[in-house]
Amino acid sequence: MGKYNSIQCFCEFCKNNTQNKKDIRKEEVNLLKRTLENIESQFETFQVLNEEGEIVNEELMPELSDDELKELMTRMVYTRILDQRSIALNRQGRLGFYAPTAGQEASQLGTQFALEKEDFILPAYRDVPQLIWHGLPLYQAFLFSRGHYHGNQMPEGVNALSPQIIIGAQYTQAAGVAMGMKKRGKKSVAITYTGDGGTSQGDFYEGINFAGAYKAPAIFVVQNNRFAISVPVEKQTAAQTLAQKAVAAGIEGIQVDGMDVLAVYAATKDARERAVNGEGPTLIETLTYRYGPHTMAGDDPTRYRTEDLDSEWEKKDPIVRFRKFLENKGLWSEEQENEVIEKAKEEIKAAIKKADGQPKQKVSELIENMYEVLPAHLEEQLEEYKAKESK
Amino acid sequence: MAQMTMIQAITDALRTELKNDENVLVFGEDVGQNGGVFRATEGLQQEFGEDRVFDTPLAESGIAGIAVGLATQGFRPVPEIQFFGFIYEAMDAVNGQMARLRYRTGNTMNAPITIRSPFGGGVHTPELHADSLEGLIAQQPGMKVVIPSNPYDAKGLLISSIRDNDPVVYLEHMKLYRSFREEVPEEAYTIELGKANVKREGTDVTLVAYGAMVQASMKAAEELEKEGIQAEVIDLRTVMPLDIETIIKSVEKTNRVVVVQEAQRQAGMAAQIVTEIQERAILHLEAPVLRVAAPDTVYAFTQAEEVWLPNYNDIIEKVNKVINF
Repeated sequence: MGKYNSIQCFCEFCKNNTQNKKDIRKEEVNLLKRTLENIESQFETFQVLNEEGEIVNEELMPELSDDELKELMTRMVYTRILDQRSIALNRQGRLGFYAPTAGQEASQLGTQFALEKEDFILPAYRDVPQLIWHGLPLYQAFLFSRGHYHGNQMPEGVNALSPQIIIGAQYTQAAGVAMGMKKRGKKSVAITYTGDGGTSQGDFYEGINFAGAYKAPAIFVVQNNRFAISVPVEKQTAAQTLAQKAVAAGIEGIQVDGMDVLAVYAATKDARERAVNGEGPTLIETLTYRYGPHTMAGDDPTRYRTEDLDSEWEKKDPIVRFRKFLENKGLWSEEQENEVIEKAKEEIKAAIKKADGQPKQKVSELIENMYEVLPAHLEEQLEEYKAKESK
Repeated sequence: MAQMTMIQAITDALRTELKNDENVLVFGEDVGQNGGVFRATEGLQQEFGEDRVFDTPLAESGIAGIAVGLATQGFRPVPEIQFFGFIYEAMDAVNGQMARLRYRTGNTMNAPITIRSPFGGGVHTPELHADSLEGLIAQQPGMKVVIPSNPYDAKGLLISSIRDNDPVVYLEHMKLYRSFREEVPEEAYTIELGKANVKREGTDVTLVAYGAMVQASMKAAEELEKEGIQAEVIDLRTVMPLDIETIIKSVEKTNRVVVVQEAQRQAGMAAQIVTEIQERAILHLEAPVLRVAAPDTVYAFTQAEEVWLPNYNDIIEKVNKVINF
């Protein structure tokens, strides 16, 4: 060969050799394709309850008492009512920024239900229900919506950050919270949420990668509701599942039916156990759908979603499915559900009233919240605003 | 007392605070085994263990993001951004998140984080290593920005920054790292953040400077003295918050000011300082306040670096203008 290698030879040996090279090439291409296909085929959607409320995966059915099952249903119904009322209140101008939650109850509440009080939640802006069930009083959730900082002041013992607005920023922070828990020797986890769009952010990968590298006790939840405002998940990535993104970070990943509260709960419970046992973080993708608009600030889903798609997902509804399951077990009735609905409505009314009674926010208070000790320039500005406010 | 370079004083401050407070964590790219690319963390992992001094994956946003998370668990993180030009990768994590934690949570949480980072021109780095980006951070309410000009200040200011309960960006000029030694006490001491240092007293003109421009201003002052001009030199030490009081006091005495920075005219702190002076002391001024700064281009390619960077001759030139106005 050497200097002759550019001359084509037609002897049998060379002809075969060329053919061999081609075959090897073909095999390489197939090999790469197989690797990806192998990975993607591993990520089946994990389900416990089907759309009819029947158990399809008996051995993975989580151990929950009848009371716990009823509590899960209560929370989902309550949260659905809260969503309906919040939308109405927003339209009346009595709430501010609001991101509807209907459709995502199983994903939101199933994950939160698997947590302990000492676990730390880093929510995105749609994840207010998890905060409420973790201990944030309802009137404070309303104050968050209205843009009052008291909504972001977690009460003592409520381990959480206020909802994150920047997509993905909470993922790196969650890795840090989890690293801190590990350093403190705590038996708790950090759990954070983003959507399908969030998985395209650099911070998403940095977060799961840091947590993986330090084996930090974190749970990363991706609520794949199929649309990042209007952009469908198919345009977000070539990946067939979002759960498989865990593979690149070397951490566990699982895709679950996000309309099946038992599957979501079971996956989170398992991830939590692994995390506190020092086995590292988990990425959970929940397949879900938001029935409403992205937020109440003028988004019109008919511009990017069809009615067919909406009704296809409404058939999977987490509450309908779980109600069937509980009714079959004799654990739930219309009467019980109405009780929950009435209770929710009353509490929402009372919470709005309490939020209305909150003292108006002052710019001087915002100035005081900038630093532990105010620097001279802010002291001057504080005096200026205090004078304005006393007029 | 020991003679130390600025980088030794920085290592000494880190060691002091790692010993002083078990919540202090030092981390970043190459800070562990390797002791940092400039050896600022030399020996610290060996001394304090991998749990407290550790290498991170190579991702600046992740580094700043975990700092916020660690702060919620009661830690006092001291992350290193390997070169400050890389801060662009972490702008949301710093200005969007860290800076706002106290404010956002209505004063129920805080971020006692000190980001250390080398910056500064004259050492022939590739792109995005030497840029003076202090203005980007100083313009974000909630942040503090500290820039030492000598070994003694470097130790005291770093200890103060680490002990501060709000986020601080602490910038280390690369040209000053090993350029000279001075006496640095072995014990812990603090230098109050937000307080400038009148480095040289004078009556004819005030030079307001920070970082490597303090040295240039001192040299200019020495030259000016030969011409009979007494320049007062103020080393800001902290550029956010600014010590406006010290600046104004000096302006009232000298009636003439030149603000000196290594950053471009449109960047840095000079415009803010000039504005504060005209708002508070215009009737004391005998001449417009002038600036010495780099031109408004992207940081110079190394072949043009020496001309691009402001130097003591540029300062003398501007001083003569305000004196002869």
